Amino acid sequence: MAVLPTRIVMPPQAKKGDIIEIKTLIQHIMETGFRRDDVGKPVPRDIIGTFVVTYNGAEIFKADLNPGVAANPYIAFSTIATESGELVFTWTDEKGQATIERRKIAVT
Amino acid sequence: MRSADNPSPTRRAVIAGSAGVLALSILPAGAIAETSDLMEAIKRVGNGVAPKAGRVTLKIPELAENGNAVGMTVEVQSPMTAADHVKTIHILSEKNPLVDVVRFHLGPRAGRARVATNIRLATTQRVVALAEMSDGSVWQGDANVIVTLAACVDAG
Repeated sequence: MAVLPTRIVMPPQAKKGDIIEIKTLIQHIMETGFRRDDVGKPVPRDIIGTFVVTYNGAEIFKADLNPGVAANPYIAFSTIATESGELVFTWTDEKGQATIERRKIAVT
Repeated sequence: MRSADNPSPTRRAVIAGSAGVLALSILPAGAIAETSDLMEAIKRVGNGVAPKAGRVTLKIPELAENGNAVGMTVEVQSPMTAADHVKTIHILSEKNPLVDVVRFHLGPRAGRARVATNIRLATTQRVVALAEMSDGSVWQGDANVIVTLAACVDAG
């Protein structure tokens, strides 16, 4: 399974109750399906369709993406630091291929 | 080609039509009827109810040099508690090939209702952000963006 390059920026530690900002990026062409190549053949649609983030197993954020999202989708959002544990970031393209990244957070 | 003193109905229609376009273009943005696709999308999100203006702030450049990636931030005024929070934020475009651009699902654990992303804009147009609240109400914020280099819908 090809895993796409990603970048996640979030604090490794936080105080309980703090709102933390999480910035994410995945390298993906986000081919719209509306373009044609230089011989006039339609370029097939190829996009990341969903992005889900869980915090110790509970879903805290989800995005449904369409071709209107720019290439290399960047999404920044926030969450409350509730407890130490792991955040799991899952990007899934429309063919069902997933890229999964994990980040630990220490909450004091 | 017909002579100028005997204009064809077609030509008259064209002139009348362009006058209409001109009249529309000088009206304030809010007075222009919504493009039907966008209007339908807004209705769909609102479940038939017209969204209320306010609470949603859409931060996006007024002038985007490159429509291929336009940074935007949407923020909704909400206490983000279990009883009163933003459930979903929809970003809709007036003139992209697909009206729906992206949809964010939030909850009280977000702490605050602020999300940023980069979107594509096919041309100069209005971008609409709709926020669905936990109490069922829908709020709307929008912004007009002038795009100098459009996102390529068709590669030459």
